[in-house]
Amino acid sequence: MGANDTQQPKELPMVLLHRLPSFNLPPNPSFRDHLRSHFHILDPHESPEPYDSFLSRHAHSIRAILPVGPTQISSELLERLPALELIVATSAGLEHIDLPACRSRGIVVTNASSAFAEDVADCAVGLLIDVLRRISAADRFVRGRIWPVEKEYPLGFKLGGKRVGIVGMGSIGSEVAKRLSAFGCTIAYTSRNKKESVPFLFYTNVRDLAANSGVLILCCPLTEETYHIVNKDVMAALGKEGVIINVGRGSLVDEKELVQCLVQGEIGGAGLDVYENEPNVPKELFGLDNVVLSPHRAVMTPESFEALFQLIVGNLKAFFSNKPLVSVVSNE
Amino acid sequence: MESIGVLMACPMNPYLEQELHKRFTLHRFWKVPDKSTFLTTHCNSIRAVVGNASAGADAQLIEALPKLEIVASFSVGLDKIDLAKCKEKGIRVTNTPDVLTEDVADLAIGLMLAVLRKLCESDRYVRSGKWKKGNYMLTTKFTGKRVGIIGLGRIGMAIAKRAEAFSCPISYHSRTEKTETKYKYYPSVVELAANCDILVVACSLTEETRHIVNRKVIDALGAKGVLINIGRGPHVDEPELVSALVERRIGGAGLDVFEHEPEVPEELFGLDNVVLLPHVGSGTVETRKAMADLVLGNLEAHFLNKPLLTPVV
Repeated sequence: MGANDTQQPKELPMVLLHRLPSFNLPPNPSFRDHLRSHFHILDPHESPEPYDSFLSRHAHSIRAILPVGPTQISSELLERLPALELIVATSAGLEHIDLPACRSRGIVVTNASSAFAEDVADCAVGLLIDVLRRISAADRFVRGRIWPVEKEYPLGFKLGGKRVGIVGMGSIGSEVAKRLSAFGCTIAYTSRNKKESVPFLFYTNVRDLAANSGVLILCCPLTEETYHIVNKDVMAALGKEGVIINVGRGSLVDEKELVQCLVQGEIGGAGLDVYENEPNVPKELFGLDNVVLSPHRAVMTPESFEALFQLIVGNLKAFFSNKPLVSVVSNE
Repeated sequence: MESIGVLMACPMNPYLEQELHKRFTLHRFWKVPDKSTFLTTHCNSIRAVVGNASAGADAQLIEALPKLEIVASFSVGLDKIDLAKCKEKGIRVTNTPDVLTEDVADLAIGLMLAVLRKLCESDRYVRSGKWKKGNYMLTTKFTGKRVGIIGLGRIGMAIAKRAEAFSCPISYHSRTEKTETKYKYYPSVVELAANCDILVVACSLTEETRHIVNRKVIDALGAKGVLINIGRGPHVDEPELVSALVERRIGGAGLDVFEHEPEVPEELFGLDNVVLLPHVGSGTVETRKAMADLVLGNLEAHFLNKPLLTPVV
């Protein structure tokens, strides 16, 4: 990437690549070439110049910033970029961006959730079927050569007819709802606001949703309001046969409480892609057959990265040609 | 009805066993040390056989039970029952259709997701502590993949309906084209395999469909293709499948059934692109109870001279 820097014509619009040294854009050559043929990518970590002076020198020209993964965009950084108008987020979550500061500055944020929504929804459904039908546990049973000895595998639970409660009805929640409807599940949801266009039953809070559901699927962003939104009360309301699927953020759930409920049989099972302190996963879960553990991979397919690249390039091109942006974050 | 002898072919469901014991004189075939002596002794009192996917009523057993009137299968598949012999002797046969359709279809989709998204493998990755050392690999997207279904009966249609919710284009092969559906029909399994990303076996096992997934089909499915079998083990030429998987000539497989259950080819245990299940297609608390009630209902109806609930013959 460094060698190309000096060859780029200065007339191309400038985009600041904002990343921690350990993060970088996926090493997809066609994406990097495409990006660099349309934009002048400023990468402070590829420059011999110290970060602070590099930033100050370019600050007045930087109208758009591309944060890699969860690299933080704080209000301090925003203050150093007076010309900034656009942040093109590259991850599904936005909790690393100071959204209130952006709002007050009138800085527009585009998100990447539509690139990932289908893959995350697929993962959520896969985890749910796995927990109910004990797919991973049964695969262990067969590979452990136990089938010829034990003959019968314990029965699982039927998915059809289950009442599924979705927390967060954004792009990911809608894709989950669409899929599970085809399995004969009844869908209900909670969200900051009721969505008039959505045909499912709305609950104003997670506890009521849990009390009326057999499955809870977490698809909402992590904010101050949603931190530990699934707590002891909610788990008690969900009940002994309830299943929690988390493809949002680990801290949506009070993890200590969840582990205790699972170990003591106070809820029926869980499928988790995210945890409070990744990559650490509570050891107590390793011995449970009604728990399926995924290493924060819900978005990780080549297809979703391809969609992400299209979204990034699409949003940047639209911005610099004064056209409507593709995936603006709404304040709904 | 307590004097009616019912022979249960193998253990299949504690609730069913309990109820049969209450209502009839139940003989548990698997507990009999000397089967031929047993049959000679009891052949005049046994009027019903209850079988399942593992054991049913073959010609030999039917011949040994001259008073046999009905075979009630705790399954929808009938491959363990000599249907021709039953027809010949006027023996009624019942199975358990519809009640298990959804569970089997759910499992088929569950297997597709588990194989493509490597859910079992990545669960192993976490449990072994490897995540602390590095991220797990990328997996393959399921949404939008082309799904090819062999057999568009109740179960095949239920699989299609679910896969459509994931925007999967659906195609199929069956004995006759189903013009009432909008799915694309292929007149041969090889053509179906060549034109899909995920091939699912959902037809019944008969002489014609034995090894319907053979070397040619596996080759047509190809290095990126995935095979899902929720039918019967003998639908697939198992040694061919195993070598294709080991040699990476096929992308992966999700298998609920095997040619010689509960034996599973050892070579599969070392592969990360397969998911192996111990024949649990209908294995939920809710469905097994519904299946048991259907078996009991059919037997009762027969012995009370009422119409059978789900007759096949």
